[in-house]
Amino acid sequence: MIDVIQNYLAGVLIIIGAGFALVAAVGLIRLPDIYSRSHAASKAGTLGSCVMLLALAVVANDHAIVTRALAGVLFFLLTAPISAHLLAKAAYAAGYQLWEKSVLDQMEPASEEKKTDTKKPAKRKSRSKS
Amino acid sequence: MIASETFLSFTILVALALLSLSFLVTVCRVVIGPTLPDRILALDMLVVVALGFIAAIGIKTGYALYLDIAIALGLVGFLATVAFARFVISRAADGEPLVPGNEMEGGSD
Repeated sequence: MIDVIQNYLAGVLIIIGAGFALVAAVGLIRLPDIYSRSHAASKAGTLGSCVMLLALAVVANDHAIVTRALAGVLFFLLTAPISAHLLAKAAYAAGYQLWEKSVLDQMEPASEEKKTDTKKPAKRKSRSKS
Repeated sequence: MIASETFLSFTILVALALLSLSFLVTVCRVVIGPTLPDRILALDMLVVVALGFIAAIGIKTGYALYLDIAIALGLVGFLATVAFARFVISRAADGEPLVPGNEMEGGSD
C-alpha cells in the first residue's frame, strides 16, 4: 500500500518538477533582458530541480538516499539565490542596460534620481566605459 | 501495485521528454544570447536541467550513486556562476565592449 502511494506521489512530483524546468527554460528564452531572465532561471529552475529531487527522496526506501536528496535540496535552496543575485549585481555594475520598457530602476544613483523628471524614473544614464 | 509502477514509468518518460525540451531551449539561449551574462545564466540553467535528468534517471533505474554527482554538480555550478560574475565585473573594468560585435569582438556568433 505504501509503495502505491510512493509511486503515485513521485510520479506527480516529477511531472511538476519537469514542468517547472520547462517553464524556466521558456522564460529564459522569451523574457527581454538579463534581469528578468534571471527571475525565470533562478526561481522556477530551482523549484523544478528541488521538486524532482524530492520525488527521488519520496520513492527511495533507503535512509541514506533520502538524507542525501534532502541535503541536495537544502543546498540548492541556499545557493541559487546567492548566485542569481551575484550575477545580476555584477551585470548591473558592469553597465548592462535594463530593458527599454522597464519602469523602475531602484539602484539608480541618488544624484541622477534628483535631477531626472519624475515622469520617467527609468531613464538611466549609459554607463558603458568607452 | 502494477498500475502504480506503470504510472511512475510513464511519468518518468514524460518528465524526460520535458527536460529534453527545456535543455534544447536553454541551449538556444546559450547560442543566441546577446550578452555574456545571458550565457552565464543559461549555463546555470543547464546545471539545473542536468539535476533534473539525474533525479529522473535515479528514479528510473534505482541507481542512487548519481545523487552524489548531483550535489557535486550543484556545487560546481554555484562556484562557476560566482567566478563568472567576478569575470563580468573585471571584464567591464578592463573596458571590453558589453555587447559583442560592436568594435572588438568581430561579429556575434
